[in-house]
Amino acid sequence: MIPQNFEYATPNSLAEAFKLLGESNAKALAGGMSLIPLMKLRLAAPDKLIDLRNVPGLNSIREEGGMLRIGALVTHYELESSPLVRSRCPLLAEAASQIGDIQVRNMGTIGGSVAHADPAADYPASLHALEAQVKLAKAGGERTLAIGSFLQDTFTTALDAGELVVEISVPVEAAGTGVSYQKCVQPASGFAIVGVAARIRKSGGRIALARVGVTGLSGKPFRAANVERLLEGAAGSAGDISKAAAVVADGVDANNDLHASADYRKHLARVYTARALAAAARKAG
Amino acid sequence: MATTVARPETLVGKRIKRKEDPRLITGTATYVDDIQMPGMHHASILRSPHAAAILKSINIRPALETAGVVAVFTGADVKDVGPVPCGASLPGLRVPHHHILAQDRVYFAGHPVAVVVSTDRYIARDAADRIEVEYDVKAAVADPEKALEKGAPAVHPQWPDNIAFTFHQENGEVDKVFAEAAVVVKQRITSQRLIPCAMETRGVVADYKTGEKALTIYSSTQIPHLMRSLVAGMLGMPEHKLRVVAPEVGGGFGSKLNVYAEEALMGFVSMRIGKPVKWIESRREGFLATIHGRGHADYFEIAAGKDGTILGLTLKLIQDLGAYHQLLTPAIPTLSVLMMPGLYRFKNIRADIVGVFTNCTPTDAYRGAGRPEATHGIERMVDMLAAEMKMDPAEIRLKNFIRPEEFPYATATGLSYDSGEYDKPLKKALDLVNYGRLREDQKRARAEGRLMGIGLSTYGEICAFGPSPATPAGGWESATVRVEPSGKVTVHTGASPHGQGEETTFAQIAADEMGVDLDDVIVLHGDTAIVQYGIGTFGSRATAVGGTALYFALQDLKVKIKKYGAMLLDSSDVSYSAGRCICNKTGKSVTLAEISGASYRAMRLPPNTEPGLMATHFWEPPNFTFPFGAHIVVTEIDKETGAVEIKRYVAVDDCGKIINPLIVAGQVHGGVVQGIGQALYENAVYDDNGQLLTGEFMDYAIPKASMLPRIEEDHTETPSPVNPLGVKGVGEAGTIGCSPAVVNSVVDALSPLGVKHLDMPLSPEKIWRVLTGGKA
Ligand SMILES: Cc1cc2nc3c(=O)[nH]c(=O)nc-3n(C[C@H](O)[C@H](O)[C@H](O)COP(=O)(O)OP(=O)(O)OC[C@H]3O[C@@H](n4cnc5c(N)ncnc54)[C@H](O)[C@@H]3O)c2cc1C
Repeated sequence: MIPQNFEYATPNSLAEAFKLLGESNAKALAGGMSLIPLMKLRLAAPDKLIDLRNVPGLNSIREEGGMLRIGALVTHYELESSPLVRSRCPLLAEAASQIGDIQVRNMGTIGGSVAHADPAADYPASLHALEAQVKLAKAGGERTLAIGSFLQDTFTTALDAGELVVEISVPVEAAGTGVSYQKCVQPASGFAIVGVAARIRKSGGRIALARVGVTGLSGKPFRAANVERLLEGAAGSAGDISKAAAVVADGVDANNDLHASADYRKHLARVYTARALAAAARKAG
Repeated sequence: MATTVARPETLVGKRIKRKEDPRLITGTATYVDDIQMPGMHHASILRSPHAAAILKSINIRPALETAGVVAVFTGADVKDVGPVPCGASLPGLRVPHHHILAQDRVYFAGHPVAVVVSTDRYIARDAADRIEVEYDVKAAVADPEKALEKGAPAVHPQWPDNIAFTFHQENGEVDKVFAEAAVVVKQRITSQRLIPCAMETRGVVADYKTGEKALTIYSSTQIPHLMRSLVAGMLGMPEHKLRVVAPEVGGGFGSKLNVYAEEALMGFVSMRIGKPVKWIESRREGFLATIHGRGHADYFEIAAGKDGTILGLTLKLIQDLGAYHQLLTPAIPTLSVLMMPGLYRFKNIRADIVGVFTNCTPTDAYRGAGRPEATHGIERMVDMLAAEMKMDPAEIRLKNFIRPEEFPYATATGLSYDSGEYDKPLKKALDLVNYGRLREDQKRARAEGRLMGIGLSTYGEICAFGPSPATPAGGWESATVRVEPSGKVTVHTGASPHGQGEETTFAQIAADEMGVDLDDVIVLHGDTAIVQYGIGTFGSRATAVGGTALYFALQDLKVKIKKYGAMLLDSSDVSYSAGRCICNKTGKSVTLAEISGASYRAMRLPPNTEPGLMATHFWEPPNFTFPFGAHIVVTEIDKETGAVEIKRYVAVDDCGKIINPLIVAGQVHGGVVQGIGQALYENAVYDDNGQLLTGEFMDYAIPKASMLPRIEEDHTETPSPVNPLGVKGVGEAGTIGCSPAVVNSVVDALSPLGVKHLDMPLSPEKIWRVLTGGKA
């Protein structure tokens, strides 16, 4: 488990980071929890690692204009334990708390996780359910993409060469919204075989808002709009929930591997969707 | 005369924290990879990516030309090094010549092809990638039953049937009892291939001193002395010029009860370059290059009378050997046959083993080594028989147990069970779980539509390997005790503990016999230059055999101590206790330190007595020991997902006399965890091309703390008559008792659906398919 030779730099500003990233075969390093294992397996062999940890401004969590603005370098542990996140966006805190183990959560970052775009990563389910925005920056300027456009495919994002994720924004949860993240854990890796995030808001005895994000089921995490449509306007009975959850895997090209065949994964997606919806509905009151 | 206060109690039997733990926990222990030497080089091994291929050409030039690379060796360089040894002998055994680097062909993915030596670990690894190998890839076979089919690819072309050996054992009137039986139950039961995954991967440092023409090999091994004898032979080196050191060894579980190609290879490299060289196995390499365990497909048939009396058992055992025999590979399934009768009284058995080559990593001893497979089989068969006869699984066991008055008991497989009260741990376990009420709970759960299971296993095992005639390299063990001039005690054990805690338990034994404090005793092991010849730690033998050798060495020494005491006290009637020699007439006494000082100063000597206080004993055990126990597991199955939750785990083990309950608990816990690993999670999966699909921890699931139940652990203590300590062994008990208890519990949970058997691992998907009636 010995990586190839590489150089290592610790820029002190974004501008410096962009300059270094412009060099050939340079790669950003955040928590290293995905990149370093790939290098040790020699599946990645960057010539230069640009460690972002000294870049100022990437590790704050702020509430601003009804949004939580989370710096790319905020760790899973910070998200899981931050009082601000726990009260303003409990779904993200819940998802963060289910990632890997404590060592991984202490090192790994939300920016690194989304940039890596592992199809079995935990955050994307919640980020889809939250309709998160991802802010990207490069030497030329900034742009903001919806999570659905940012995550393009297995290990593939909209990031341009030399571009960084700098911030992820999620809405501050309105009072009365119930949320839940339910994960079926792959016993070896700890990643999600499937993970489902749900948000439910009720008004006048009806579901006013339903948001469902799914990870692990296929090559690309997604928002299950078909499930949401069946729920919005419904009373949210157990029957409503199981009917809605039943369609979550419809038309999805499910992953098939040692740990779960495609049809079992689809089944699990339905079960975990129902569980996430039921838990969220319960909390929504 | 001194007046230290005598230590009032014995240490044996006390729950004492392990002396070795502080250095392990604080990261201050010295493992192979911690060894640094001036001028040390590093080796990286290029391994075949293919499971079966002809080596057409190897171009080492690009690697050799890499700056920092000192040498590259291939099969041609090492063809005269002796083969990796197989210590097991069976009639007609086919033994492929196992070169330390591949010659003209590779036989499994991971087969070592070349070694690159550099001054720098990283450069060595980079350069290995630059070696150009041309492979002519051939068809491979990874499944032992497929390997037996006509037309299957031949692993070793000279043996097209892929059969390495067959083995037959029979006792009694098998055909007759099966013909007359009221019930016969048949089942194919697999014990899947597992990967041992010791926390420390293997590693070797070899240091050849050109001036002295002497080689020292530091290796993460369980058997330094055996390794020395065998590697000296492989390298054609006089044995006394080779020293082997097993420094701290971070677990082995049998995987380091072996002599590996890399141990001789590093010796070869160091002798060639005249410098020390280090090789540390990467985790990925370890998955391919260190032995695997289990790998059985077992066809059982059990016969019983109409009252549930077991009459006989037959077994056709197909053993996946992998591509080569490692040290004990072919012997492991014969242990399964030995333990086939379990704890039961029937005398009619028939067993046939077929040992099959596959293009896979060799299998060999892994915690339990043959006995978990046997126990899994018999305990599943007894449960299936109980289900067939509508008997309670506890009742059928109690009915068939060997009775206490029948010991020593001659088994159908030729063993003599030493001692046992088999109903005791079972009854204790049944009490602990409140079995009657538990079955009531289960009825209620079933009425509510829940899938709750209660499973038990009553296992027996064979430990303390073993009498020398039954072990390939001698089954005795040795100990030296030395009282230093100050009265401190140094113990050398030929057993080579590597995590089991003998630095503590052996110190307890020595401290009690010498009447000194625990901290006044040090236990040294694992260095052939320090310790007299020994056999090693495996097969739950270290305490029962090595501890007994120590006990006898201590008795020898006490005789000498008393001679000096009698001289110093000017008495002919002395006794030794609590660290002092006492004149039985006057009550005057001298301390061990005083005696020891006098023995080394040697101003006066007792008649016919040498100076110094040291004794060595080599102990040959007259028999194995046979621990036993009962495990009960309560499970509940998630009907939606098929996931198994272990609600309760109760283990009542009888390992004979307990020296340290804390260490016994640790051994039981660790063993149970590995048993749960096999029952629920672990599986070494190969594809049809012989590629290991579960070649890293991202895919090979060893259980983590969060996936495990609390283990409720208790004991009965039936002393063994085989040794004066009364100990039996506990290193493997947890693993052996566990997997059938878990599977029996899950099958019990699913029995309302008509389920009779499921093979391990019991993955949620497998159970979900059962729940959906195979329709999903
Ligand atoms: C044992 C283990 C268990 C794990 N279990 C889980 C789990 O259960 N669930 C889960 O979701 N994840 C799991 N992970 C992955 C973990 O969450 C990683 O932390 C995460 O995927 C990557 O974040 P990082 O900060 O470590 O990124 P790094 O590894 O440093 O980088 C990952 C990739 O993203 C790029 N990158 C990093 N930061 C940025 C940025 N700001 N802008 C652009 N590109 C960037 C890097 O160049 C690299 O390509 C596990 C990891 C390990 C080692």
